[in-house]
Amino acid sequence: MIKITNLSKRYGSNGPVIIDDLKLTVNSGEFVALVGASGCGKSTLLNILSGLDKASSGSVEMGAAPALMFQDHALLPWLTAGKNIELALRLVNYPKAERAARAQELLELVHLPHAYKLRPHELSGGMRQRVAIARALAQGRKILLMDEPFAALDAITRDLLHEELVRIWQETGLTILFVTHNVREAVRLGQRVILMSSRPGRIINEWKIETTEPRRIESSYVSALSVEITDELRKEIKRHG
Amino acid sequence: MANNQETSFAEIGELAAGLDALDTLKDTKPNFAASTARSLAPLLAIALVIGVWQLVVSLHAAPTWVLPTPAQVWASLVGHATTGNPTQNLWFSAFNSLRKGVQGFAIALVIGLPLGIALGLNKWLRLVIRPILTGLQQLPSVAWVPAAIIWFGLSDATIFAVVLLGATPSIANGLISGIDQIPTLYLRAGKVLGAKGLTYITRILLPAAWPGFLAGLEQGWAFAWRSLMAAELIAINPALGPGLGQMLDNARQLGDMSGVLGSIILILAVGVLVERLAFAPLRERTLRNRGLLR
Repeated sequence: MIKITNLSKRYGSNGPVIIDDLKLTVNSGEFVALVGASGCGKSTLLNILSGLDKASSGSVEMGAAPALMFQDHALLPWLTAGKNIELALRLVNYPKAERAARAQELLELVHLPHAYKLRPHELSGGMRQRVAIARALAQGRKILLMDEPFAALDAITRDLLHEELVRIWQETGLTILFVTHNVREAVRLGQRVILMSSRPGRIINEWKIETTEPRRIESSYVSALSVEITDELRKEIKRHG
Repeated sequence: MANNQETSFAEIGELAAGLDALDTLKDTKPNFAASTARSLAPLLAIALVIGVWQLVVSLHAAPTWVLPTPAQVWASLVGHATTGNPTQNLWFSAFNSLRKGVQGFAIALVIGLPLGIALGLNKWLRLVIRPILTGLQQLPSVAWVPAAIIWFGLSDATIFAVVLLGATPSIANGLISGIDQIPTLYLRAGKVLGAKGLTYITRILLPAAWPGFLAGLEQGWAFAWRSLMAAELIAINPALGPGLGQMLDNARQLGDMSGVLGSIILILAVGVLVERLAFAPLRERTLRNRGLLR
Protein backbone atom coordinates (compact mmCIF):
# COMPACT_ATOMS: atom_id res chain seq x y z
CA MET A 1 0.00 0.00 0.00
CA ILE A 2 1.09 3.55 -0.69
CA LYS A 3 -0.53 6.41 1.22
CA ILE A 4 0.46 9.94 0.28
CA THR A 5 -0.97 12.70 2.45
CA ASN A 6 -0.73 16.42 1.62
CA LEU A 7 2.64 15.98 0.00
CA SER A 8 4.39 19.13 -1.22
CA LYS A 9 7.83 19.58 -2.69
CA ARG A 10 9.78 22.68 -3.56
CA TYR A 11 13.48 23.04 -4.16
CA GLY A 12 15.11 25.61 -1.93
CA SER A 13 13.11 27.89 0.35
CA ASN A 14 11.66 30.05 -2.42
CA GLY A 15 12.10 27.83 -5.47
CA PRO A 16 9.10 26.84 -7.59
CA VAL A 17 6.56 24.44 -6.09
CA ILE A 18 6.97 21.13 -7.93
CA ILE A 19 4.29 19.11 -6.15
CA ASP A 20 1.43 20.80 -4.32
CA ASP A 21 -0.68 19.15 -1.64
CA LEU A 22 -0.87 15.75 -3.29
CA LYS A 23 -3.17 13.11 -1.82
CA LEU A 24 -3.19 9.60 -3.20
CA THR A 25 -3.73 6.11 -1.88
CA VAL A 26 -2.73 3.04 -3.84
CA ASN A 27 -4.15 -0.13 -2.34
CA SER A 28 -2.27 -3.37 -1.94
CA GLY A 29 -2.14 -5.25 -5.23
CA GLU A 30 -3.55 -2.33 -7.18
CA PHE A 31 -2.21 -1.12 -10.53
CA VAL A 32 -2.43 2.67 -10.72
CA ALA A 33 -1.33 4.68 -13.74
CA LEU A 34 -0.41 8.31 -13.27
CA VAL A 35 -0.53 10.61 -16.33
CA GLY A 36 0.60 14.18 -16.71
CA ALA A 37 2.42 16.54 -19.06
CA SER A 38 5.99 17.73 -18.54
CA GLY A 39 6.54 19.47 -15.24
CA CYS A 40 3.90 17.59 -13.29
CA GLY A 41 6.53 16.35 -10.90
CA LYS A 42 6.10 12.67 -11.78
CA SER A 43 9.75 11.81 -11.46
CA THR A 44 10.13 13.93 -8.32
CA LEU A 45 7.21 12.04 -6.81
CA LEU A 46 8.76 8.65 -7.56
CA ASN A 47 12.11 9.82 -6.22
CA ILE A 48 10.40 10.80 -2.97
CA LEU A 49 8.51 7.51 -2.78
CA SER A 50 11.69 5.53 -3.33
CA GLY A 51 13.68 7.54 -0.82
CA LEU A 52 16.05 9.19 -3.33
CA ASP A 53 14.57 12.60 -2.45
CA LYS A 54 12.72 14.15 0.51
CA ALA A 55 9.31 15.82 0.69
CA SER A 56 9.14 19.47 1.81
CA SER A 57 5.95 18.80 3.74
CA GLY A 58 3.26 16.17 4.06
CA SER A 59 3.80 12.49 4.58
CA VAL A 60 4.31 9.31 2.68
CA GLU A 61 3.44 5.92 4.10
CA MET A 62 4.79 2.95 2.24
CA GLY A 63 3.52 -0.49 3.25
CA ALA A 64 6.90 -1.87 2.16
CA ALA A 65 10.12 -0.68 0.56
CA PRO A 66 9.56 -0.22 -3.17
CA ALA A 67 11.54 -1.24 -6.23
CA LEU A 68 11.99 1.46 -8.87
CA MET A 69 12.30 1.14 -12.65
CA PHE A 70 13.53 3.97 -14.85
CA GLN A 71 12.86 5.03 -18.41
CA ASP A 72 16.40 3.99 -19.22
CA HIS A 73 16.95 0.36 -18.39
CA ALA A 74 19.80 1.36 -16.04
CA LEU A 75 21.41 -2.06 -16.35
CA LEU A 76 25.03 -1.92 -15.30
CA PRO A 77 27.09 -2.30 -18.48
CA TRP A 78 29.99 -4.10 -16.82
CA LEU A 79 27.76 -7.00 -15.77
CA THR A 80 25.91 -9.60 -17.85
CA ALA A 81 22.11 -9.70 -17.71
CA GLY A 82 22.30 -12.58 -15.24
CA LYS A 83 24.87 -10.83 -13.04
CA ASN A 84 22.81 -7.64 -13.00
CA ILE A 85 19.99 -9.65 -11.47
CA GLU A 86 22.37 -11.45 -9.13
CA LEU A 87 23.67 -8.12 -7.84
CA ALA A 88 20.11 -7.11 -6.95
CA LEU A 89 19.68 -10.45 -5.16
CA ARG A 90 22.97 -10.00 -3.33
CA LEU A 91 21.98 -6.53 -2.15
CA VAL A 92 18.84 -7.92 -0.52
CA ASN A 93 20.94 -10.70 1.10
CA TYR A 94 19.53 -13.52 -1.00
CA PRO A 95 21.41 -16.74 -0.16
CA LYS A 96 24.54 -16.88 -2.28
CA ALA A 97 24.17 -20.49 -3.40
CA GLU A 98 20.72 -19.87 -4.84
CA ARG A 99 21.36 -16.58 -6.63
CA ALA A 100 22.31 -17.94 -10.05
CA ALA A 101 19.31 -20.27 -10.17
CA ARG A 102 16.94 -17.51 -9.04
CA ALA A 103 18.36 -15.12 -11.65
CA GLN A 104 17.80 -17.69 -14.38
CA GLU A 105 14.26 -18.26 -13.11
CA LEU A 106 13.54 -14.52 -13.30
CA LEU A 107 14.97 -14.34 -16.82
CA GLU A 108 12.63 -17.13 -17.83
CA LEU A 109 9.73 -15.24 -16.29
CA VAL A 110 10.41 -12.33 -18.68
CA HIS A 111 10.93 -14.69 -21.61
CA LEU A 112 14.69 -14.36 -21.79
CA PRO A 113 15.87 -17.87 -20.93
CA HIS A 114 19.05 -17.51 -23.03
CA ALA A 115 20.10 -14.04 -21.96
CA TYR A 116 22.02 -14.90 -18.79
CA LYS A 117 25.48 -14.41 -20.28
CA LEU A 118 24.60 -11.55 -22.62
CA ARG A 119 25.73 -8.04 -21.81
CA PRO A 120 23.35 -5.08 -21.89
CA HIS A 121 24.76 -3.76 -25.19
CA GLU A 122 24.02 -7.12 -26.82
CA LEU A 123 20.32 -6.83 -25.99
CA SER A 124 17.62 -4.84 -27.80
CA GLY A 125 15.79 -2.04 -25.99
CA GLY A 126 12.84 -4.26 -25.20
CA MET A 127 15.05 -7.07 -23.92
CA ARG A 128 16.91 -4.64 -21.67
CA GLN A 129 13.68 -3.41 -20.15
CA ARG A 130 12.62 -7.01 -19.54
CA VAL A 131 15.92 -7.68 -17.78
CA ALA A 132 15.30 -4.49 -15.79
CA ILE A 133 11.86 -5.83 -14.80
CA ALA A 134 13.48 -9.12 -13.77
CA ARG A 135 16.07 -7.18 -11.74
CA ALA A 136 13.34 -5.15 -10.04
CA LEU A 137 11.47 -8.37 -9.22
CA ALA A 138 14.69 -9.84 -7.83
CA GLN A 139 14.52 -7.32 -5.01
CA GLY A 140 11.42 -9.14 -3.83
CA ARG A 141 9.55 -5.91 -3.05
CA LYS A 142 5.79 -5.72 -2.75
CA ILE A 143 5.64 -2.33 -4.45
CA LEU A 144 6.95 -1.51 -7.91
CA LEU A 145 7.34 2.13 -8.99
CA MET A 146 7.77 2.63 -12.72
CA ASP A 147 8.99 5.90 -14.24
CA GLU A 148 7.97 5.85 -17.93
CA PRO A 149 9.69 2.52 -18.36
CA PHE A 150 8.54 1.92 -21.93
CA ALA A 151 8.74 5.47 -23.31
CA ALA A 152 11.86 4.80 -25.38
CA LEU A 153 10.57 1.60 -27.02
CA ASP A 154 9.00 1.16 -30.44
CA ALA A 155 5.24 0.55 -30.55
CA ILE A 156 5.38 -3.19 -31.24
CA THR A 157 7.83 -3.83 -28.44
CA ARG A 158 5.87 -1.59 -26.09
CA ASP A 159 2.70 -3.63 -26.77
CA LEU A 160 4.55 -6.79 -25.90
CA LEU A 161 5.93 -5.29 -22.69
CA HIS A 162 2.42 -4.16 -21.71
CA GLU A 163 1.22 -7.74 -21.95
CA GLU A 164 4.27 -8.98 -20.13
CA LEU A 165 3.84 -6.46 -17.31
CA VAL A 166 0.12 -7.14 -16.82
CA ARG A 167 0.80 -10.87 -16.77
CA ILE A 168 3.55 -10.46 -14.17
CA TRP A 169 1.34 -8.17 -12.10
CA GLN A 170 -1.44 -10.75 -12.11
CA GLU A 171 0.94 -13.53 -11.16
CA THR A 172 2.76 -11.70 -8.40
CA GLY A 173 0.06 -9.48 -6.91
CA LEU A 174 2.48 -6.53 -6.86
CA THR A 175 1.29 -3.02 -6.07
CA ILE A 176 2.27 -0.95 -9.10
CA LEU A 177 2.41 2.81 -9.52
CA PHE A 178 3.10 3.42 -13.19
CA VAL A 179 3.98 6.95 -14.32
CA THR A 180 3.69 7.89 -17.99
CA HIS A 181 2.76 10.71 -20.30
CA ASN A 182 1.17 8.32 -22.71
CA VAL A 183 -2.58 8.43 -21.98
CA ARG A 184 -3.39 5.27 -23.94
CA GLU A 185 -0.68 3.39 -22.12
CA ALA A 186 -2.17 4.50 -18.79
CA VAL A 187 -5.65 3.34 -19.82
CA ARG A 188 -4.27 0.10 -21.26
CA LEU A 189 -2.48 -0.84 -18.04
CA GLY A 190 -4.04 0.74 -14.98
CA GLN A 191 -7.05 -0.18 -12.90
CA ARG A 192 -7.20 3.47 -12.09
CA VAL A 193 -5.85 6.40 -14.09
CA ILE A 194 -4.85 9.54 -12.22
CA LEU A 195 -4.41 12.81 -14.10
CA MET A 196 -1.94 15.35 -12.73
CA SER A 197 -1.62 19.06 -13.45
CA SER A 198 1.73 20.65 -14.19
CA ARG A 199 3.63 23.34 -12.27
CA PRO A 200 2.66 22.65 -9.62
CA GLY A 201 1.79 18.97 -9.76
CA ARG A 202 -1.64 18.25 -8.32
CA ILE A 203 -4.19 15.54 -8.91
CA ILE A 204 -6.97 16.99 -11.07
CA ASN A 205 -9.03 13.94 -11.96
CA GLU A 206 -9.27 10.21 -11.63
CA TRP A 207 -10.89 7.46 -13.71
CA LYS A 208 -11.67 3.93 -12.65
CA ILE A 209 -11.34 1.37 -15.42
CA GLU A 210 -14.79 -0.21 -15.58
CA THR A 211 -14.37 -2.84 -18.25
CA THR A 212 -13.55 -6.43 -17.42
CA GLU A 213 -12.99 -7.37 -21.06
CA PRO A 214 -9.42 -8.09 -22.13
CA ARG A 215 -8.18 -4.74 -23.31
CA ARG A 216 -5.57 -3.92 -25.88
CA ILE A 217 -4.16 -0.58 -26.80
CA GLU A 218 -6.36 -0.67 -29.97
CA SER A 219 -9.62 -1.57 -28.25
CA SER A 220 -12.53 0.85 -28.46
CA TYR A 221 -12.79 1.13 -24.70
CA VAL A 222 -9.18 2.30 -24.45
CA SER A 223 -9.66 4.74 -27.35
CA ALA A 224 -12.84 6.29 -25.98
CA LEU A 225 -11.50 6.80 -22.48
CA SER A 226 -8.17 8.04 -23.83
CA VAL A 227 -9.97 10.75 -25.83
CA GLU A 228 -11.77 11.87 -22.72
CA ILE A 229 -8.60 11.99 -20.61
CA THR A 230 -6.55 13.62 -23.37
CA ASP A 231 -9.14 16.40 -23.72
CA GLU A 232 -8.82 17.16 -20.05
CA LEU A 233 -5.03 16.97 -20.21
CA ARG A 234 -5.01 19.46 -23.12
CA LYS A 235 -7.20 21.85 -21.20
CA GLU A 236 -4.64 21.71 -18.41
CA ILE A 237 -1.74 22.27 -20.82
CA LYS A 238 -3.40 25.27 -22.51
CA ARG A 239 -3.73 26.93 -19.13
CA HIS A 240 0.07 27.40 -19.20
CA GLY A 241 0.18 29.02 -22.68
CA MET B 1 -7.78 -8.06 -9.65
CA ALA B 2 -10.50 -7.97 -12.25
CA ASN B 3 -8.05 -7.57 -15.05
CA ASN B 4 -9.46 -10.50 -16.99
CA GLN B 5 -7.81 -13.10 -19.19
CA GLU B 6 -4.76 -11.73 -20.92
CA THR B 7 -2.55 -13.23 -23.60
CA SER B 8 -0.97 -16.44 -22.32
CA PHE B 9 2.61 -16.87 -21.16
CA ALA B 10 3.39 -19.08 -24.14
CA GLU B 11 1.89 -16.68 -26.66
CA ILE B 12 3.85 -13.75 -25.27
CA GLY B 13 6.92 -15.96 -25.30
CA GLU B 14 6.61 -16.73 -29.01
CA LEU B 15 6.09 -13.08 -29.83
CA ALA B 16 9.01 -12.06 -27.65
CA ALA B 17 11.33 -14.63 -29.21
CA GLY B 18 10.48 -13.37 -32.70
CA LEU B 19 10.97 -9.72 -31.79
CA ASP B 20 14.21 -10.43 -29.94
CA ALA B 21 15.61 -12.25 -32.95
CA LEU B 22 14.66 -9.36 -35.23
CA ASP B 23 16.02 -6.72 -32.87
CA THR B 24 19.44 -8.12 -32.11
CA LEU B 25 22.44 -8.60 -34.30
CA LYS B 26 24.75 -11.49 -33.62
CA ASP B 27 27.93 -10.10 -32.14
CA THR B 28 30.72 -10.67 -34.62
CA LYS B 29 33.51 -12.84 -33.30
CA PRO B 30 36.88 -11.10 -33.17
CA ASN B 31 38.70 -11.74 -36.42
CA PHE B 32 41.98 -13.55 -35.66
CA ALA B 33 43.78 -12.58 -38.89
CA ALA B 34 42.78 -8.94 -38.55
CA SER B 35 43.88 -8.73 -34.93
CA THR B 36 47.21 -10.40 -35.71
CA ALA B 37 47.76 -7.90 -38.52
CA ARG B 38 46.89 -5.08 -36.15
CA SER B 39 49.35 -6.18 -33.51
CA LEU B 40 52.14 -6.67 -36.07
CA ALA B 41 51.58 -3.29 -37.73
CA PRO B 42 54.01 -1.40 -35.44
CA LEU B 43 56.82 -3.60 -36.82
CA LEU B 44 56.45 -1.62 -40.05
CA ALA B 45 57.35 1.58 -38.24
CA ILE B 46 60.36 -0.11 -36.61
CA ALA B 47 61.58 -1.35 -40.00
CA LEU B 48 61.19 2.16 -41.38
CA VAL B 49 63.20 3.72 -38.54
CA ILE B 50 66.01 1.17 -38.94
CA GLY B 51 66.00 1.75 -42.71
CA VAL B 52 66.34 5.53 -42.38
CA TRP B 53 68.98 5.10 -39.68
CA GLN B 54 71.03 2.76 -41.90
CA LEU B 55 70.67 5.21 -44.77
CA VAL B 56 71.94 8.14 -42.69
CA VAL B 57 74.90 6.06 -41.48
CA SER B 58 75.81 4.97 -45.01
CA LEU B 59 75.80 8.61 -46.15
CA HIS B 60 78.63 9.14 -43.63
CA ALA B 61 76.67 12.01 -42.10
CA ALA B 62 78.45 11.39 -38.80
CA PRO B 63 81.34 9.25 -37.56
CA THR B 64 80.22 5.87 -36.15
CA TRP B 65 81.29 6.76 -32.59
CA VAL B 66 78.63 9.47 -32.79
CA LEU B 67 76.09 7.48 -34.79
CA PRO B 68 76.81 3.74 -34.83
CA THR B 69 75.17 1.43 -37.36
CA PRO B 70 72.10 -0.63 -36.40
CA ALA B 71 74.32 -3.71 -36.62
CA GLN B 72 76.78 -2.27 -34.08
CA VAL B 73 73.96 -1.49 -31.67
CA TRP B 74 72.56 -4.97 -32.16
CA ALA B 75 76.00 -6.46 -31.44
CA SER B 76 76.23 -4.36 -28.29
CA LEU B 77 72.80 -5.59 -27.19
CA VAL B 78 73.81 -9.20 -27.83
CA GLY B 79 76.96 -8.57 -25.77
CA HIS B 80 74.89 -7.23 -22.89
CA ALA B 81 72.50 -10.14 -23.19
CA THR B 82 75.25 -12.76 -22.87
CA THR B 83 77.65 -11.14 -20.40
CA GLY B 84 78.14 -12.81 -17.04
CA ASN B 85 78.66 -9.48 -15.26
CA PRO B 86 75.29 -8.83 -13.58
CA THR B 87 75.58 -5.02 -13.57
CA GLN B 88 76.17 -5.14 -17.33
CA ASN B 89 73.71 -7.93 -18.06
CA LEU B 90 70.68 -6.78 -20.03
CA TRP B 91 68.29 -9.34 -18.50
CA PHE B 92 69.31 -8.61 -14.91
CA SER B 93 69.10 -4.90 -15.55
CA ALA B 94 65.78 -4.98 -17.36
CA PHE B 95 64.25 -7.36 -14.82
CA ASN B 96 65.50 -5.36 -11.86
CA SER B 97 64.24 -2.07 -13.30
CA LEU B 98 60.91 -3.60 -14.20
CA ARG B 99 60.55 -5.06 -10.71
CA LYS B 100 61.20 -1.66 -9.11
CA GLY B 101 58.81 -0.02 -11.55
CA VAL B 102 56.06 -2.50 -10.75
CA GLN B 103 56.66 -2.26 -7.00
CA GLY B 104 56.63 1.53 -7.10
CA PHE B 105 53.51 1.48 -9.24
CA ALA B 106 51.80 -0.91 -6.82
CA ILE B 107 52.56 1.39 -3.88
CA ALA B 108 51.32 4.37 -5.91
CA LEU B 109 48.12 2.43 -6.57
CA VAL B 110 47.64 1.71 -2.86
CA ILE B 111 47.90 5.45 -2.16
CA GLY B 112 46.16 6.74 -5.31
CA LEU B 113 43.09 4.50 -5.08
CA PRO B 114 41.70 5.69 -1.71
CA LEU B 115 42.82 9.24 -2.51
CA GLY B 116 40.94 9.17 -5.82
CA ILE B 117 37.81 7.69 -4.21
CA ALA B 118 37.82 10.29 -1.42
CA LEU B 119 38.29 13.19 -3.84
CA GLY B 120 35.83 11.70 -6.30
CA LEU B 121 33.11 11.53 -3.67
CA ASN B 122 33.75 14.66 -1.61
CA LYS B 123 33.65 17.92 -3.53
CA TRP B 124 35.11 20.00 -0.69
CA LEU B 125 38.07 17.72 -0.27
CA ARG B 126 38.48 17.91 -4.01
CA LEU B 127 38.42 21.71 -4.08
CA VAL B 128 41.21 21.77 -1.53
CA ILE B 129 43.43 18.94 -2.74
CA ARG B 130 42.94 18.48 -6.46
CA PRO B 131 44.91 21.58 -7.58
CA ILE B 132 47.92 20.25 -5.65
CA LEU B 133 47.48 16.86 -7.27
CA THR B 134 47.26 18.39 -10.73
CA GLY B 135 50.31 20.55 -9.99
CA LEU B 136 52.26 17.47 -8.95
CA GLN B 137 51.16 15.74 -12.13
CA GLN B 138 52.57 18.62 -14.19
CA LEU B 139 55.85 18.67 -12.28
CA PRO B 140 58.52 16.51 -13.93
CA SER B 141 59.25 14.02 -11.18
CA VAL B 142 62.96 14.11 -12.01
CA ALA B 143 62.89 17.41 -10.09
CA TRP B 144 62.38 15.36 -6.92
CA VAL B 145 65.56 13.33 -7.42
CA PRO B 146 67.98 15.77 -5.72
CA ALA B 147 65.60 16.25 -2.81
CA ALA B 148 65.05 12.52 -2.46
CA ILE B 149 68.81 11.87 -2.48
CA ILE B 150 69.26 14.35 0.37
CA TRP B 151 66.39 12.81 2.34
CA PHE B 152 66.99 9.13 1.73
CA GLY B 153 70.54 8.88 0.38
CA LEU B 154 71.41 6.71 -2.60
CA SER B 155 68.96 4.00 -1.66
CA ASP B 156 65.89 2.21 -2.97
CA ALA B 157 63.82 4.61 -0.87
CA THR B 158 64.97 7.45 -3.11
CA ILE B 159 63.97 5.53 -6.21
CA PHE B 160 60.55 4.63 -4.81
CA ALA B 161 59.90 8.16 -3.57
CA VAL B 162 60.49 9.55 -7.05
CA VAL B 163 58.39 6.85 -8.70
CA LEU B 164 55.56 7.45 -6.22
CA LEU B 165 55.56 11.20 -6.72
CA GLY B 166 55.45 10.59 -10.46
CA ALA B 167 52.70 7.98 -10.58
CA THR B 168 50.32 8.69 -7.70
CA PRO B 169 48.86 11.98 -9.00
CA SER B 170 48.03 10.42 -12.38
CA ILE B 171 46.38 7.42 -10.77
CA ALA B 172 44.30 9.52 -8.39
CA ASN B 173 43.39 12.06 -11.07
CA GLY B 174 42.42 9.30 -13.48
CA LEU B 175 40.10 7.80 -10.89
CA ILE B 176 38.55 11.21 -10.16
CA SER B 177 37.85 11.78 -13.88
CA GLY B 178 36.50 8.24 -14.12
CA ILE B 179 34.10 8.96 -11.26
CA ASP B 180 33.08 12.28 -12.82
CA GLN B 181 32.24 10.58 -16.10
CA ILE B 182 29.90 7.99 -14.57
CA PRO B 183 26.39 8.46 -15.97
CA THR B 184 24.16 9.47 -13.02
CA LEU B 185 21.80 6.70 -14.01
CA TYR B 186 24.19 3.95 -12.84
CA LEU B 187 24.67 5.62 -9.48
CA ARG B 188 20.91 6.02 -9.05
CA ALA B 189 20.40 2.41 -10.10
CA GLY B 190 22.94 1.33 -7.48
CA LYS B 191 21.19 3.32 -4.78
CA VAL B 192 17.76 2.03 -5.78
CA LEU B 193 19.08 -1.53 -5.61
CA GLY B 194 20.22 -0.78 -2.09
CA ALA B 195 24.01 -0.55 -2.50
CA LYS B 196 25.52 1.37 0.42
CA GLY B 197 28.93 2.17 1.89
CA LEU B 198 31.73 -0.15 0.90
CA THR B 199 29.43 -2.29 -1.26
CA TYR B 200 28.42 0.82 -3.16
CA ILE B 201 32.08 1.68 -3.76
CA THR B 202 33.21 -1.80 -4.81
CA ARG B 203 30.11 -2.94 -6.74
CA ILE B 204 28.94 0.30 -8.36
CA LEU B 205 31.35 3.23 -8.13
CA LEU B 206 34.63 1.53 -9.04
CA PRO B 207 33.34 -0.64 -11.90
CA ALA B 208 31.45 2.34 -13.29
CA ALA B 209 34.56 4.52 -13.08
CA TRP B 210 36.84 1.79 -14.46
CA PRO B 211 37.28 3.04 -18.07
CA GLY B 212 38.54 6.45 -16.88
CA PHE B 213 40.49 4.87 -14.05
CA LEU B 214 42.22 2.51 -16.46
CA ALA B 215 43.40 5.50 -18.53
CA GLY B 216 44.78 7.00 -15.31
CA LEU B 217 46.55 3.75 -14.46
CA GLU B 218 48.14 3.67 -17.89
CA GLN B 219 49.38 7.22 -17.55
CA GLY B 220 50.47 6.45 -13.99
CA TRP B 221 52.57 3.54 -15.23
CA ALA B 222 54.15 5.72 -17.95
CA PHE B 223 55.07 8.30 -15.30
CA ALA B 224 56.34 5.59 -12.95
CA TRP B 225 58.61 4.19 -15.65
CA ARG B 226 59.95 7.61 -16.67
CA SER B 227 60.56 8.62 -13.08
CA LEU B 228 62.33 5.35 -12.40
CA MET B 229 64.67 5.83 -15.35
CA ALA B 230 65.41 9.43 -14.33
CA ALA B 231 66.14 8.30 -10.78
CA GLU B 232 68.37 5.43 -11.94
CA LEU B 233 70.32 7.75 -14.19
CA ILE B 234 71.04 10.21 -11.43
CA ALA B 235 71.17 8.11 -8.27
CA ILE B 236 74.04 5.79 -9.12
CA ASN B 237 75.13 3.40 -6.41
CA PRO B 238 76.30 -0.22 -6.78
CA ALA B 239 74.13 -1.07 -3.74
CA LEU B 240 71.05 -0.36 -5.83
CA GLY B 241 71.79 -3.34 -8.05
CA PRO B 242 71.65 -3.45 -11.84
CA GLY B 243 69.16 -1.37 -13.81
CA LEU B 244 68.56 -0.03 -17.28
CA GLY B 245 69.25 3.55 -16.13
CA GLN B 246 72.60 2.47 -14.68
CA MET B 247 73.39 0.55 -17.87
CA LEU B 248 72.72 3.69 -19.91
CA ASP B 249 74.84 5.91 -17.65
CA ASN B 250 77.61 3.33 -17.66
CA ALA B 251 77.74 3.32 -21.47
CA ARG B 252 77.80 7.15 -21.50
CA GLN B 253 80.77 7.23 -19.13
CA LEU B 254 82.63 4.77 -21.36
CA GLY B 255 81.80 6.83 -24.45
CA ASP B 256 80.13 3.68 -25.83
CA MET B 257 77.50 5.12 -28.18
CA SER B 258 76.29 1.67 -29.27
CA GLY B 259 75.67 0.86 -25.62
CA VAL B 260 73.85 4.17 -25.09
CA LEU B 261 71.53 3.61 -28.04
CA GLY B 262 71.04 -0.04 -27.08
CA SER B 263 70.02 0.97 -23.55
CA ILE B 264 67.60 3.58 -24.86
CA ILE B 265 66.05 0.97 -27.15
CA LEU B 266 65.68 -1.40 -24.19
CA ILE B 267 63.99 1.25 -22.03
CA LEU B 268 61.62 1.98 -24.90
CA ALA B 269 60.99 -1.73 -25.51
CA VAL B 270 60.07 -2.41 -21.87
CA GLY B 271 57.61 0.51 -21.97
CA VAL B 272 56.04 -0.73 -25.19
CA LEU B 273 55.85 -4.33 -23.96
CA VAL B 274 54.11 -3.38 -20.72
CA GLU B 275 51.58 -1.31 -22.67
CA ARG B 276 50.97 -4.10 -25.21
CA LEU B 277 50.91 -7.03 -22.79
CA ALA B 278 49.22 -5.50 -19.75
CA PHE B 279 47.23 -2.39 -20.60
CA ALA B 280 46.13 -2.98 -24.19
CA PRO B 281 44.37 -6.30 -23.43
CA LEU B 282 42.70 -4.80 -20.35
CA ARG B 283 41.52 -1.81 -22.35
CA GLU B 284 40.25 -3.95 -25.21
CA ARG B 285 38.40 -6.26 -22.82
CA THR B 286 36.80 -3.36 -21.00
CA LEU B 287 35.61 -1.73 -24.21
CA ARG B 288 34.38 -5.02 -25.67
CA ASN B 289 32.45 -5.99 -22.53
CA ARG B 290 30.71 -2.65 -22.40
CA GLY B 291 29.97 -2.48 -26.11
CA LEU B 292 32.21 0.56 -26.59
CA LEU B 293 34.49 -1.01 -29.17
CA ARG B 294 34.20 0.60 -32.59
